[in-house]
Amino acid sequence: MISMIQFSDVLAWIHQLLSSCMAPWLVFLIELVVASVAAVVALLVCVIIMVYMERKVAGHMQLRHGPNRVGWHGVCQLFADIIKLLLKECFTPTRADKLLFVVAPVLSLCVSLLALAPISWGPGLVLWNTNIGVLFVTAISSMGVIGILMAGWSSNNKYALMGAMRSGAQIVSYELSAGLSIVAIVALAGTLNTGGIIESQANGWWILKGHLPAFFAFIIYIIASTAECNRAPFDLAEAESELTAGYHTEYSGMQFGIFYLNEYINMGVVSMVASTLFLGGWQPFYLPFDFGWAHAFNDIMALKFMETWPAWISWVSLAWPLVWFFGKLFLIIFFMMWFRWTFPRLRIDQLLKLEWKYLLPLSIVNLVIIALIVVLGLHF
Amino acid sequence: MGSASLIALLIIAIAMAVIMIYIGKIFGISSTNPQKGEPYECGIETKGLTWVQFNIGYYLFALLFLVFDVEIVFLFPWATVVRELGMVAFIEILLFTGFLFIGLLYAYKKKALSWM
Repeated sequence: MISMIQFSDVLAWIHQLLSSCMAPWLVFLIELVVASVAAVVALLVCVIIMVYMERKVAGHMQLRHGPNRVGWHGVCQLFADIIKLLLKECFTPTRADKLLFVVAPVLSLCVSLLALAPISWGPGLVLWNTNIGVLFVTAISSMGVIGILMAGWSSNNKYALMGAMRSGAQIVSYELSAGLSIVAIVALAGTLNTGGIIESQANGWWILKGHLPAFFAFIIYIIASTAECNRAPFDLAEAESELTAGYHTEYSGMQFGIFYLNEYINMGVVSMVASTLFLGGWQPFYLPFDFGWAHAFNDIMALKFMETWPAWISWVSLAWPLVWFFGKLFLIIFFMMWFRWTFPRLRIDQLLKLEWKYLLPLSIVNLVIIALIVVLGLHF
Repeated sequence: MGSASLIALLIIAIAMAVIMIYIGKIFGISSTNPQKGEPYECGIETKGLTWVQFNIGYYLFALLFLVFDVEIVFLFPWATVVRELGMVAFIEILLFTGFLFIGLLYAYKKKALSWM
């Protein structure tokens, strides 16, 4: 029987190949740069798909076509937009706080890309395999609000300031219930390492294994993370009918483009975390039951039938975890787009009421129930 | 890769942002006139200062957030060891969240949770 090829084997092989002809520090540097650039490029490709998907989903939900002029079915629309943004002037208002105005978009981008480090893309495919993975993502993504407040305040524009203050209140509030849902899953998995959390779901995703509380935690996390990304129905920060464009009203050209990019990177990171915690990351679907066809189904899902196939075919199975990872990623993103065209925008008092009077108490109670499940060993 | 990847990502992020803005600076057409530097408030001239004292409602929520966020920071180490500790961990979390829940109820009673 030929064993399946794993990413760790491929990575070890590349490492050996490089080590045979180069100094160790050079090997380390090359691997570091290539891996980081690969992760960022993968995310940027996801962002391109997300923007196209957003426009098409929005179009079809409103019974129109969406972009369909530039290229085949409008696939080149985004590139046309990028070129347009590059040709626009990056303008700083005369009365703005010049330094903070320029730093704000750069800071936002830094923060959202740093959250990428502990994300596990596939078995062994992780930039920073750390034991504080999920905590790090929570900590670093909560710093995004600083960039938004900076942008809003330094613009010296009332719309921008109001948008930034709303966004600040919203992001810090919803961070609480997002954090509590994350803690609930960490309690079930017993580790903060993203790879460890995913491996703990090899015999069923937490959303299935953790009974109803885990499902509630998932729903709370999705609501809270939609709010953290400033997406509709929680897009008070850039409510275009009242605040023109919110905190990035005064931004133009590529500085605006960075905020736009940032919004989609945040969506991507949030969805990656959601799929890591609740939907098993790169693990294929697994039925946590003990009867005949469930076993057969799980064997097919784990590609057991490929083990007897010739070696070169099992290379294809390398892509299998990635298919699941990106599939879940885009599924969650599709849900977030669906919310946008389903729910009307909330008012600020409704928004804070939803978080503080409903979601926060609910997620605390939910966490206690999950603790009980863990202690009594009721999960599978 | 280890934590060095954080530095790599940081450098990539800064380089990306700087290059994108710089390309805009090179290819962008720039013009100046006194009206252009004014804040954009939908055509009406801006009245008064923007950097003034802001609604205290946001401040109250920021204070409340601080309390509960520190709570979550304490919960992370608890969550990693809850399996080994067993029933003790459950009683602990019951007391801990119970006290904070009383705090939340107090804030609710004082109407700190409703927008003013």
